[in-house]
Amino acid sequence: MANRVITYSEAVREAIAQAMEADSNVFMLGEDIGIYGGAFGVSGDLYHRFGAERIRDTPISELGIVGAAVGAALVGMRPIVEIQFSDFTSQAMDQIVNQAAKIHFMLGGELSVPMVLRAPSGSGTGAAAQHSQSLETWFAHIPGLKVVLPSNPRDAKGLLLAAIDDPNPVIVLEHKLLYKTSGPVPEEPFRTPIGVADLVREGKDLVIVATGVMVSRSIAAADQLKEQGIKATIIDPRTLSPLDMSLINDAIAASGRVMLVQEAPKHVGFMAEVAARIAEGPALYSLLAPVKRICGMDIPIPYAPQLEKAAVPQIEDIIAGAVALMREP
Amino acid sequence: MVSITPLISPESGSLELDRSAALSALESMLTIRSFEEAVDGLFARGLMHGTMHLSIGQEASATGICVALKTTDYITSTHRGHGHCIAKGADLTRMMAELLAKQTGYCRGRGGSMHIADTKTRNLGANGIVAGGIPIAVGAALAQKMRNENNVVVSFFGDGATNEGAFHEALNLGAIWDLPVIFVCENNKYGMSNSTELSMRVDKVSDRASAYGIAGVTVDGNDVNEVYQAAVAAVQRARSGKGPTLIECETYRWKGHSKSDKNLYRTKEEIDQWKAKDPIIRFQEIILQNQLVTQTDVDALANQVRETIREAIKDASAAPDSDPAELLSSVYREVYNG
Repeated sequence: MANRVITYSEAVREAIAQAMEADSNVFMLGEDIGIYGGAFGVSGDLYHRFGAERIRDTPISELGIVGAAVGAALVGMRPIVEIQFSDFTSQAMDQIVNQAAKIHFMLGGELSVPMVLRAPSGSGTGAAAQHSQSLETWFAHIPGLKVVLPSNPRDAKGLLLAAIDDPNPVIVLEHKLLYKTSGPVPEEPFRTPIGVADLVREGKDLVIVATGVMVSRSIAAADQLKEQGIKATIIDPRTLSPLDMSLINDAIAASGRVMLVQEAPKHVGFMAEVAARIAEGPALYSLLAPVKRICGMDIPIPYAPQLEKAAVPQIEDIIAGAVALMREP
Repeated sequence: MVSITPLISPESGSLELDRSAALSALESMLTIRSFEEAVDGLFARGLMHGTMHLSIGQEASATGICVALKTTDYITSTHRGHGHCIAKGADLTRMMAELLAKQTGYCRGRGGSMHIADTKTRNLGANGIVAGGIPIAVGAALAQKMRNENNVVVSFFGDGATNEGAFHEALNLGAIWDLPVIFVCENNKYGMSNSTELSMRVDKVSDRASAYGIAGVTVDGNDVNEVYQAAVAAVQRARSGKGPTLIECETYRWKGHSKSDKNLYRTKEEIDQWKAKDPIIRFQEIILQNQLVTQTDVDALANQVRETIREAIKDASAAPDSDPAELLSSVYREVYNG
């Protein structure tokens, strides 16, 4: 069944179910994840399969929920928190940043927090500024957190199972536009290692580094670029913390041109870190043109469809960026 | 390795009627006092750096609560947490080593006074964030319930924490899930400089329990036996699946909030009034009166405690300083292989 095709949200659900079947310490808590099945339908029928104890509906209480997950993790449980929209992690930041991320280090290694926090991220649903952000850089900036952004159904399952196994707090930002997309996903449990980038496709002319929904947009862009004779390598870091630069460096050495694509605002975004690491070498010496970034505008996400679309990179923006990069001397 | 004699719960049901239990409670309170007076002195002499929050005057709440706990019960603590740590049975030398920034300290010098946790005595950690430990205690209690383990979790916090959202969210979760958690508010009248009169409209912190449908009780936090009695009732309620209790212990910190405090917000008279209600002196007088102990017993115990603290300082001082070469370790816990 290696070629079985399921959706991204089915892949997430399957990972949770398999982890819960394998380990009674794994449980899920979050808002409306029970009978309702989750705001994006991710938990689906898990409530009926595992019951109210382990698919634990909570009040609207993000700080309390994450704190409870931290406490449960400290004494050996393996909680998976669902925060309904990643924007609402702002309500729980003390527990994420000051508690979960720091406990292992700050307490000298006495304790650890094997917690997974999943949250739907990104724009494209007409939900406006407080339900559409891409906040991955917040978390990636905090030592002690691991941050993953699965960009396809296979990684959604593999990275989540790896995150549940991980003895550290792992933030999994799922893109809400990807939930209904489909792709091949192995049926048996498997782990996609955290901290290993994915070479999505190879092409000799330029390297596109993209995260989240920008990976599939970059693939679509690359298909069209190919018709214009431009062949792109696409790399999906998958994990923002810890960051694997080896594939990126090797690919730049081969083509000499790199374009960094993120949905989040450009200013102090994750791709600024990637650009800085390129600049620190060794890839810098291979560059034939300056590093190019294609990012979200430095504005809150707006509501109107034409405004929202204009606020973050679309396929045509990626194509235009690549064409411009190829024209650089 | 040096810690207090494990606290003994009185067979009679009262700390004031049972010699061995009384002595263990007194030892705990004297040890907390002596430890904190010692670190206060080390700080004043420039031998200890950073900052610290002393609980001198509040020894009865930490002790009275912990007498009612089993060794397998958990606690979460606060920035003012030395007392909780000691009463739960922490190693005084490792505590002292941590405050002296030594490699042998509980946190290898990374945490200092505000971040001591001790897995052995099931102390889930002091916390530098006001109210930060309360939701964590709820989660640990949820785990006990889900695993059918008969342990309770105590969360210590101050009056200031009860104005934080984390307190309210945590009490609500503990209540709706009937968790075996006990919320212990050490009301020392001030959140840093902000008095309870200025910071809340309720008469008692324990009034806040009713908002969440749980039991709330206020006790004299300088009366170790009264604290103990409230703890016993709360522990029994928690262990029998009847959910949380909010215990408010009215007490007072003699020292300033931290090392930057010039005591501008309270009067010397007020401090002196509370010093007259010293929880240690009061308890000593009662157990002397009840002829559970003699003055010689009390003096011998006090000497023994002072000697223990001296030893802890000596041993901790001799330990190697914490090591910058290993700073990158334990940022993440290594991934298990297999």
